[in-house]
Order: sequence, then structure tokens, then C-alpha cells
Amino acid sequence: MSASTSPIVGKLDWTVTPYTDLLHQVNSSTIVGAGAASVLVLGAVAGGAVLTWMRWWGPLYRNWLTSADAKKIGIMYIALALVMLARGIIEGFVMRAHQATALGTLTEPESGLVAPDHFAQLFSTHGTIMIFFVAMPLLIGLINFVLPQQLGARDMAFPVLNQVSLGLTAAGAGLVMISLLIGKFGTGGWTMYPPYTGIQYSPGEGVDYWLWAILISGMGSTLTGMNFAVTIFKSRAPGMNFMRMPLFCWTSLCVAIMLIYAMPALTVSSAMLALDRYAGFHFFTNEAGGNMMNYANIFWMFGHPEVYILILPAFGVFSEISSTFSGKKLYGYTSLVIASMSIAVISFTVWLHHFFTMGQSAGVNIAFGIATMIIGIPTGVKIYDWMATLWRGRVRITAPIVYLTGFFLLFVIGGLSGIILANPSIDYQVHNSTFLVAHFHNVIIPGVLYGMLAGIHYWFPKAFGFRLDERWGRRTALLFVGGFVFTFMPLYVLGLMGMPRRSPTFQNPDFLPWMYVASFGAVLMLGALASLVWTFWTSYRNRAALAVPGGDPWNGATLEWSTPAPVPKWTFARIPEVKARDDWGETKRAGDPWKAPEGYDDIEMPADTPHGLLIAGAAFALGFAMVWHIWWLAALGFLAIPALLAWRGMKVIEPRIIPAAEVEEADRRFRATVASLAPATRADEESERNRGRPDLAEFAG
Amino acid sequence: MGKGISQAAKLGAGCLLTAFLGDPAFAADALQQSFLQPMGLVAQEQSAHLLRVVAVTMVVILPVLIGVPLILWRYRYSRPRGDYTPEWEFSKRLEWALWGVPVMVVAVLAGWLWYSTAKLDPYKPLGPDPLRVQAVGLDWKWLFIYPDQGMATVGEMAVPVGRPVQLTLTTDTVMQSLLIAPLSGQIYAMPGMTTKLNFAATRPGMAEGENTQFNGRGFGRQKFTVRAMPAADFARWAKAGRSTITLDEAAYAKLRRRSVLVDARRDLGLEASSEPIVMTVGQPDMFRQIVAKYHENERAGAAQGWGGTNNPDSDTGGEGR
Repeated sequence: MSASTSPIVGKLDWTVTPYTDLLHQVNSSTIVGAGAASVLVLGAVAGGAVLTWMRWWGPLYRNWLTSADAKKIGIMYIALALVMLARGIIEGFVMRAHQATALGTLTEPESGLVAPDHFAQLFSTHGTIMIFFVAMPLLIGLINFVLPQQLGARDMAFPVLNQVSLGLTAAGAGLVMISLLIGKFGTGGWTMYPPYTGIQYSPGEGVDYWLWAILISGMGSTLTGMNFAVTIFKSRAPGMNFMRMPLFCWTSLCVAIMLIYAMPALTVSSAMLALDRYAGFHFFTNEAGGNMMNYANIFWMFGHPEVYILILPAFGVFSEISSTFSGKKLYGYTSLVIASMSIAVISFTVWLHHFFTMGQSAGVNIAFGIATMIIGIPTGVKIYDWMATLWRGRVRITAPIVYLTGFFLLFVIGGLSGIILANPSIDYQVHNSTFLVAHFHNVIIPGVLYGMLAGIHYWFPKAFGFRLDERWGRRTALLFVGGFVFTFMPLYVLGLMGMPRRSPTFQNPDFLPWMYVASFGAVLMLGALASLVWTFWTSYRNRAALAVPGGDPWNGATLEWSTPAPVPKWTFARIPEVKARDDWGETKRAGDPWKAPEGYDDIEMPADTPHGLLIAGAAFALGFAMVWHIWWLAALGFLAIPALLAWRGMKVIEPRIIPAAEVEEADRRFRATVASLAPATRADEESERNRGRPDLAEFAG
Repeated sequence: MGKGISQAAKLGAGCLLTAFLGDPAFAADALQQSFLQPMGLVAQEQSAHLLRVVAVTMVVILPVLIGVPLILWRYRYSRPRGDYTPEWEFSKRLEWALWGVPVMVVAVLAGWLWYSTAKLDPYKPLGPDPLRVQAVGLDWKWLFIYPDQGMATVGEMAVPVGRPVQLTLTTDTVMQSLLIAPLSGQIYAMPGMTTKLNFAATRPGMAEGENTQFNGRGFGRQKFTVRAMPAADFARWAKAGRSTITLDEAAYAKLRRRSVLVDARRDLGLEASSEPIVMTVGQPDMFRQIVAKYHENERAGAAQGWGGTNNPDSDTGGEGR
């Protein structure tokens, strides 16, 4: 193969696009492949055209891409995640459509919408995207946006590092995206177990795309974890001691700690696999002493904590919204803190349950099986605590509460199947089956996706100054709930019937009715995606009616609701002195919460810089060049990163100073606006009367 | 009590199955694919344990499934009933219940987990004098070697009802996982290493066996039939199995190619169908040799036989470095 590597373009040539496959052979599989590539190309062209037409390139660069503001970085993370979510859901739909047409026989070649190899790429990219480029950026984005505001901080501890993290995540996402058009993706699933993904059995660029996407974005996530942790430890407002932090900050702290300890394991396992593939090492090969069991071990040392990295921020969101929308204090704050921390710690002790069937002794399996069940205890306690929060409240059925309800009812079923799978004796049967697929979708969709969408709904006005349309928000939530039920409940049944996951074909006609139901569910999921897009669009068009300049549309209790909406770049005109848990709520109880501060000072903000963007570009070049063996470009990208760091290190960087007068003017304007608004009661929450100034008489909790 | 529960479990499994599968699947000659239609004690115990776990876990789940709709209905903002206690945030007694009940449920489940996992340990022999079968995972088929009968099959495995079976597994390609759901759980098979499954059929019937670990293009067709038959029938089957094809290194190299059963039959000069391949074993210790290929120290000099350790489809062939 090395013979065909050109020194200029590596292994790239004109045959790597799916259009070549289409010209070679026209069938449904190549049409789907070329169609997907075309969507990517047309999307990029259309995006570029809109930016040019509207003359948005400049503002995009100045206001967003070079911004070191955690709030903007958070929004960009979420925008990236939503784009990737669209691809992930569509891929899920194509897989369901394929399996609904994939009934075959042992004698005949596989039939159905897509070819087996294409199907394998679909499940590999779907998993990779949904975990690393949807769930992770959603939660990291939300934490970026919310955490400093809740802590009473102006920004993250390391704003530019934050930019770099976003850039590395985006570079990884870019690699996965470009694999639609240039070359193929790996077929080893999102875990890419060797030896199947070793160079012997998976030659070519596919696995390398995965490796570099993971290595690059994983580095970003590790840095993010450090950033979050330092921010929580060092940047809290005066008086914001640990036991006054909102629950969302606590779960962010758990996430930060877990990112720091878990992500390096993934980097190590991926780096070892890369050495096997590129440099002829034998960590995980069949021969020469390689052992794939080590890969499984290291990968899941990351992989299991990862599951709780994904879910804990959602638990934070649910803690906030259950209290706010029931007009009540959060029940069992201390209990929830202990439960979150227990989950964070115990999650490092259960990884082996991902491979109970690898042949170890029963004693080992028993230990890890019981550890797995124990993690269910704090999780269960949290659910009961939220129920106790709603109990004897006055619950407004807003979109976030619909998500919360969906979460309650579905997540416990996911918990049940989790307890089932924790039993090694049963896991021997349903491991690697669609039962397992149903299980992890059953915890991740209601947990992560519902939690994050609820959070987006909740904090959207803080970011953009207007609320999202509640009716469309609820419709979207219901579609996501229905979509989940119809798509994944059949997969439980199919798994119990003995269907392996990742099957490009099957021979049992009894599977077919369940496949049809699941496909219907996938259609609902597409509908939910469309409805989500429509929610954003219709709310944007109605933004004048939905505007909440008062900044506190839900009558909240935590610090972030004390500022204007949209929140100014300096967040707080003056860093608040925190006197209680739910400080903004206590201020409301004391009366006159919108009193102006005694004085204003100059505010120091991090200066805008293209540093993150440049590092992202270098990292993307490095990854792409390594995938295609373009060695000169790889070397260039690899050297560019330390060069950029050194260059920035040698420059004198002045922070941006916002003069006190400017802050004072903006702050007085905000306070005048609030004073001019009519207080809205909770009954008016969804109407145009809600301008972000709540009726304090109603505040309690 | 155990008896009662297993009875209830059987009944429950029956109901579940009728709901899931309809009647045809219950026909005796149908290919069974689920552990909820057990053909042996291991799978039967596994399905019983499943129902047990579901029942016990309901203690912590039902309060949520019932409580959440009730709370939302009763305390909804538009027409609330009941008290409103906005400042209430802690109750010691409630706290004991919230932590205590899950702890107790997990304690019960943990005990049962321990018991069932130890009991169903796949390495534990189920009785004296088991039928020895060796399974070699190939891309995309399983080769079964009966060392005591001197025969080997692809696409089919026969076991006598009532006699324990000890299946020893390895692969001669990437990692795979062998599952015969109605009889036993799955276990991974890895090159150069062996794992074991012990099981026994308690009734005659046909079960589908499969690989559950994705290993490429032909994964969806890597299935085989397990036929559980009375001992006399098994003896007859084993005798009839002495076929004209001898499984020697040359035949094995053809089997080792990355192909599904139909294509492997074609390679061996058989009619293209999904009928099983039955062969006479040429070398009695071939299983050991296939495992030893991957061990530097056991591989005597030029013993790169049995197709080597490389991907059979790659151009290089033979030695991998």
C-alpha cells in the first residue's frame, strides 16, 4: 500500500469520494452514500453563501470565533452539537430503515437499503457522533454558559484554554464530517475494538478517522475538565461556599473531576491503537504478544465514567428546573450533593461490566456486578428527591417539565434494564444484543438529550433575550418521548428474542413487525428534530413578543437570573456578595432585589484572540494529514501547535478593560427597564405579559 | 420458595413470549433463538433470574411510574389541590426511606446476583463425562470439532439431550462471541486463547447459534443450528458424519478465508447452499495447533501451518511481520 502513497497528497486521489462508488455501481446503498456527501457539500456551500450574502463573515470572526467569553463558547459548543445531532438522528433513521428491509436468508447475499459495510459505517459514525460530538459538546456547552453565571464569576479560570478546547472538539467533529465526502469511516462501532480495527483487518483510512477525531477532541475534553475544576475551586463569588453552590455547579464539579481522570484513559487506548496501526506495534494485535483484552480494559476505564459524565449535568439541570417550575425549594440539597459525588466516585469502579463475557472468573464478575448495582442507589435517591421537590408544589407544565416527566417515566425503565444487565448471569444472554442497544439509548436519550434540551429551553432567554415558544417546545418534547418509545421498546423485545446488535441482516421473519414499529419511531424522531428546528425558528421570528429584558422569566432563585437577558459580556455589573444558598431567591424575599449596587469599577475581560481558531486549524490539518498519510502536512500541523503556544507565550497580552462608566450606563439602563416592566405572575409565564420581571409576591422557594 | 418462583417465572416467561412471538415459534421443530424459550437448565435459570430481577426492582420503580403522574396531576399550577409548602426542603424520616429502600432492594438483588452468577459460571462443569466440542471462530462461520468422534462441522452442531457439553472456544481471526441463547449464555473467543462454555440440553429441539460480536461484512450471516437430539440419534449422527471431506491443512486454509458458509461450501467443492459442512478430522490435535499458532514459544520453527496468523484476505499471507 505504501507504494501508492504520493509524497504530496498521501493516499488521496480522485476515487475516494462516494461519487466514485455511485458511478461504479448504482444501488440504494451508493445513492444514500452520495446523497449524504451531497448534503454535506451543499450545506457547506449554502452556509458560506449566506455568510457572504449577509456579510456575516466579519461579525462571525470578531464576535464569535475569536471570543474568549465562556458564554459565547458555550453557545458555539451547543450549535456544533445540534448540527451533529441532526446528522446522528438522520443516520439513526437510515439504520432503522435499513433493518426494516434487511430480512434475508443464509444463502442469499445481504439485501436492504444499504450494503453491510455501509451499515457498519453508519452505526460507527452514529455512536461516535452521538457520544463525542453531540452529548459531550451539549453538556460542555451548557456548563460553559451556566457555570460562571451561577458561581458569580465573570468567566472561566482559563478563557483562552477554553477556546482551544472548543477548537479541538470542533476539529474532531470536522474530521468525522469530512469522512462523509472523502474516504470512508471505520466499521468497528464507536468502541473500535481491535483486533478487528487493527491494520490487518481494517486497512485504509476508516479507523484512522475515528482515532484522530477521538485523540484530538479527547484532548480538548481533558483541558475542559481542568478548566471547570479550577473555575469551581478558584473563581466563586465571595460568600459562595461549596454548600451554597446550585446543584448544577455540583454536578459540573463531578463532571470536571471525571473528565480529568477518565479522558486520559481514552487517549491512551487510542494512542496505543494508533501505534499499532501506524508504527507496527503489537499492543492489541493477534500475534506477537498483542492482547485485545487490554484495549477493552483501558477503553472502558474511560467508557464507564463517561456515561456518568454525560448524565450528571442533566441531573444538575433537573435539580434546577424541578425547583423553579414547582415554585419550591429543592428537596434534599445535601442528599443530592452526596448522591452526585457518590456517583462520580463509584462510576470508576464498575467498568468491567462492559465485558462480563470475556472469560474472567465468576468472582470478578460478581464484584463488578454488585458495584454496578450500588451505583443505582444514589441515582434512585436523586429521582425521589426531585419527586419530593415537585410534591406539594405548584407545578407549571412548561417544556422543561415535559422533558423532566419523560425522563422520570423512561429513565427508570432504563434503570431497570441496567439492573438486569448488571447481573452477569443475564448479561451472558443479552450482552451484544439489541437489548443492550435499547438500554443505553434508554438512559442516554431521556437522561442526556432530554436534560440538555430542557436546560437549553430554560437558559435560552438568558443567552438571547427571548424565550422559546412553549407550545412548540412541548410538542418537540412529546415527539422526542414518543420517538424514543416507538424506536427503542421494540429493540428490547428483539434483544430478548436473540437479535445481535449491529446486524446488517437477519433471518427470522418474526423480527420484522418489531422492525416496522422501530422504523415508525425513527420517523417520529425525525419529526422531533424538525420540530426542534421549527421551535428555534418560530421563536426567533416572534422574538419581540417573547423578549424578557427583565432577565428573570421563570422567577428563579439562582444568581444567573439577577442579570439582564441577554446577559452582558461582563455578566455581573458588580460581583455579587453571596449570603445564602439560592442567593437571588433570598434577595427577592428580602425585597427590592433590583437595587443598584453602590458603585462600579472597571472590568477586566480577556481580550479576543484567534489563538483557539489557529490551534484548531493546526489540529485538524494534523488529523487529516495523518489519516491520509500526507506526512509533510502532518509534520507541519504537529509543529504548528507548540509554535503557536510559544508565540502566544512570548507576546504581552493586555486584557480588555471595560470602563466603569460603560458598565454603569448599561446597568442603570437595565434597572430602569426592570422598573418600567409590569410584574408578571406565574399564570402569565407563557404569555406576552412575561417580560422577565416576575411578581415577587409569588416568590417562595 | 425457589420452586414456586421458578414456576411463576415459567408462567411469566410463557405470557411474555406469547405476547412477543405469537404461537408459531413454540412449535417444536422451529428454530429457537431466545433464552426465554429455554432448551437447557442454564438458559432456564437465566430467564427465571431475569423475571426475578424485574420483580424485585419493581419495588423501587413503581413508585416513580405511579407517583410522578399523580404528583403532576395533583399539584399542577392550573388547578392545584393539596397543600403548598414552598419552603419545605428536608425531612429526616423521608430521607431514611429514600436511601433505605433502594439500599435494601440492592442488598437483596446483590445476594441473588452472587448466587446466580456463581451457579451459572460458564466454566463450571455440569457433570461427569461431558461431550467435548471445540469451536473455532472464523470469519464468518464457526467450525466445531468433535475430538472424540473424529469429526468436524461448519454451520451445525449436534448435542445429545441429557449429556453435559463442554465447549472450548478460540478464534483464528478477530474476537468473536458465541451465543446459543436457548441453551447457554455467550462468551468471547479470542485468538491464541481459549474460553469455555458448559451447558446441557434438557429437551430435543433446534436452537440457533450465532456470533454476537461484529466482525465485518458477513457478520449477519454467521449463524449455525444446534440440534439437541436423543443420545441414540446423536450416535447415529456422529457415525454418519464420517464424510468424504477430510479436514486437513489444505481444507482448513479454504475454510479460513473470509467467507460465509455458502461460499465456503463452494470453495470446498460442495453444492452452494446453507446446508452444514461435515468433515472427518485429519489431525486430532488441530485445535491445540490453531491456538498455538499465536504463541511464539510453542510454534516450532516452520509450523506456520493452519493458514498462519494473518488476515487470509490480505495479499501478504503467511508470516505477519
